[in-house]
Amino acid sequence: MISPTVTFAPNGRDNERPASAPALERRPLTRKEIASDHPTWCPGCGDFSVLALYFKLIEKRKLWQEKITTISGIGCSSRFPYFVQAYGAHYIHGRSLPFASGVSLSRPDLHVFVFGGDGDLFSIGGNHFTHTARKNIKLTCVAMDNWVYGLTKKQTSPTSPLGFKSKTDVWGAIDQPVNPVKQALAAGATFVARTTHSNPNHILQMMEAAMDHDGFSFIECLSECVEFNEGAFDPSNPRKGGAFNPVPAGHDVSDEAAAYKLADAPFPGYFGLFHQVSQPSKNAKEAGLSAAAREKLEGLEDWEILRKTFAGMR
Amino acid sequence: MSDSVLSVQPSAAKAEVLRISEVVIRIAGDSQDGIQAIGGFLARLAGRSEQEVMTFMTIPSTISGGPSIFQVRIGSGEVLSAGDEADVLLAFYQHSYEGHIHSVKRDGIVIYDSDHVEPKPEWQEGRRHVGVPISTLAIEAIGGTAKDKGKNIFALGLLARMFDLNVSRLEALISERFGGKDPSVLRNAQVAFQAGYNHSPEGLGAAFRFVESQRRTAQQVVMNGNEALAYGVLAAGVRFGAAYPITPWSDVMEILRREMPKYGGMFVQCEDEIAAISMAIGGSFAGRVAVTGSSGPGISLKMESLGWAVMAEVPLVVINVQRGGPSTGLPTQVEQSDLNLACYGSHGDAPRVVLAPANVEECFYTAIEAVNLARQYNVPVFVLSDQAIATRIEAFPEPPLEKICQDITPDLSPVADYKPYDLSSPNGVTPRVVPGTRILSGRYPIAGGLEHDELGHPSASPKLHQEMTAKRRKKLQALAATLPAPKVYGPPEGNLLLVGWGSTQGPIREAVDRARAAGDSISALHIKYLNPLPQGLENIFSGFNLIRVVEMNDEGLYGYGQLAGLLRARYCDPKIRGINKTDGLTWKVREILERATAEMAAGLTKV
Repeated sequence: MISPTVTFAPNGRDNERPASAPALERRPLTRKEIASDHPTWCPGCGDFSVLALYFKLIEKRKLWQEKITTISGIGCSSRFPYFVQAYGAHYIHGRSLPFASGVSLSRPDLHVFVFGGDGDLFSIGGNHFTHTARKNIKLTCVAMDNWVYGLTKKQTSPTSPLGFKSKTDVWGAIDQPVNPVKQALAAGATFVARTTHSNPNHILQMMEAAMDHDGFSFIECLSECVEFNEGAFDPSNPRKGGAFNPVPAGHDVSDEAAAYKLADAPFPGYFGLFHQVSQPSKNAKEAGLSAAAREKLEGLEDWEILRKTFAGMR
Repeated sequence: MSDSVLSVQPSAAKAEVLRISEVVIRIAGDSQDGIQAIGGFLARLAGRSEQEVMTFMTIPSTISGGPSIFQVRIGSGEVLSAGDEADVLLAFYQHSYEGHIHSVKRDGIVIYDSDHVEPKPEWQEGRRHVGVPISTLAIEAIGGTAKDKGKNIFALGLLARMFDLNVSRLEALISERFGGKDPSVLRNAQVAFQAGYNHSPEGLGAAFRFVESQRRTAQQVVMNGNEALAYGVLAAGVRFGAAYPITPWSDVMEILRREMPKYGGMFVQCEDEIAAISMAIGGSFAGRVAVTGSSGPGISLKMESLGWAVMAEVPLVVINVQRGGPSTGLPTQVEQSDLNLACYGSHGDAPRVVLAPANVEECFYTAIEAVNLARQYNVPVFVLSDQAIATRIEAFPEPPLEKICQDITPDLSPVADYKPYDLSSPNGVTPRVVPGTRILSGRYPIAGGLEHDELGHPSASPKLHQEMTAKRRKKLQALAATLPAPKVYGPPEGNLLLVGWGSTQGPIREAVDRARAAGDSISALHIKYLNPLPQGLENIFSGFNLIRVVEMNDEGLYGYGQLAGLLRARYCDPKIRGINKTDGLTWKVREILERATAEMAAGLTKV
């Protein structure tokens, strides 16, 4: 009412975009085309397996580079998107899940994968893990769990076992660790699986099932830190004298209490699909709200919808 | 204490009708009495009658109840502020009466609910007191168990009679407001309104009638600043956003949550403030500029994420409806103390754009401009509103929606090659290609918070960090070069220049008008683009002996507030100082005048 001069650029445009190019015929991507920077991980790190199997998933499922988005927070494992030749984001510490939720909810045409460590997902990002799971946002979250802060060189992590000696617990960890599978179940995750870096076929199997799940899918993947927690996962590796125990054949994946009980087994515990139920994702519910709202508007243009609202404010 | 426009002799004949051009009505009660509804009806009626209107309200920071006021100033001419003092006080309780009697002008009128208020004889001189048993009459009219419900609408009827308001338009507004509910609700409201309208209180002396408005504008819409921001965001084509509830921002998010699905979008309520900005940045990264917002502590929490958007050059709009701080501060009161946070919050060198709308209409257009600046420069843009503008109702010409509503759906057609952080791009502005776009070279961009090379991959090269830091800065310098200097209100040269930003424009201009009428050489300048600052301010400043920046924030350690600090840093001009206050209330015109006069008395002469 005061302003005689409202400064405003109508029909503002995005800045100049590179010219469109004609789309060419394409053949399935090769591993070489999907790989980007050489990983910065230490030789022997469990994270290499997860990356290799992610490449395999892309190859096997014939995913195009523009249709996947790889998102992470901060930590050793969170360097992941830089190693993948596709769209990706290396976001801030602990907040990869809400960022990825923004991508998933606004772009139903994209496959959204989140890779993070135990510190990123269960310490600084713990609250987001709970809420992304309970909202059942369609994306796949892989926790590369090494029980230690590696990037900052050996401090206690939220999954460090009691007694684990680190630079912040020189006498051994005293705080009860988080059990990622139980955490996911308690938060209402609709797909919860567990795997380990030493069993590549199993990782791929879990990733494929997770990708196909219509909702929030969570995989805990043990991923050994050879530098600061060497040998921690040997008891789960048959090649190191351990045992890889699959989830028992008779387990009912829709039985949450049974899954919880399985997750309570002492280390190395079980590997496989603990829990899966079919519930509408937030993506689907929000789309439903929008469809219902638009049906009443009978094909009005956006500006006409706003005019209708303003008519009630005259 | 100024004189009321309603000044008439008590002995005047009852039939007398006095012509007035404006009036300030203050309604004082408790927050659950529906006094905002009366004020809202009056404001919308003014909007439909081509009048100008501005309102002011206080809300207690309690869950329910507590004293609350709603002040509405209606004028047939220009209305710049909600008014320092009232011509009419409508007091529902003793505490409303005692708390606000001193805000009534000389010869003003006090209408009180005689069921609850015992007027004091010593306060009756110079202010006409009119007692009406509002509670009893409203209950009698509606009947039975209605309790106190309806007394606000009864009081509206009283005011309608007193100011000869357009009854059919008011009744239409009442029908629109209550029509969707249980039919008895509308019937009760209509009955209460008629009862109030037909009640002729003793001692009123005269009726009043507004002179015809000089304005013949287009259709007006009436809304508050939060509504204008929300609808501006929708007009801009934003279809995704996320937030966490906090006062006084929550209204914006409630509207966006409710309205966005109609446009095929969604607005998400998040678990916390950090998740909210992160989700909005994710949405922006995925293609279409997204919005988040908050107030007070919520903005502090968002700062790390904001820095990521600066680093990764992802567009974003952050709305900050400022309230009193620091910490939890004054949740329902106004302050302009987040300017430094908006300009500098987050670690490292993190340039971003900061805009502040000056009134409700500007809230609508600034939201659109913020979206477009974010898109053009791939940068986060802050919109600094505040509690006062958020809750203040104004009427303004209905925007030409067909012309200004935008579609900002991203283009996903394939491109040959793409460098997201191309250092050779002019002014540092690189194009944006978003996920879903096939890149034929097979090289895909990574958005990250680490310093990076031109493709987004991490690099700690000293040269690269210097170049990329400069790139992010140059974008804002390029924007600054396009920003015109704001126009001086009043003559371009004089003794004192009052500089303001945000919601204080109206009272500052009214103070300038009054001071000039009294012969003082005062002008005003209002700055909307706060970061970067527009060109040419130094030329404006050189025309004045004294520059005083009027802000609702603290005078700081060195005698000037936050905008004054930015201006001193930019222009090294010691004649820039501050006129500040932190009482949680909007500036009264009189306060600005008194402070300005004192500054001139103590100030330097022109050198």
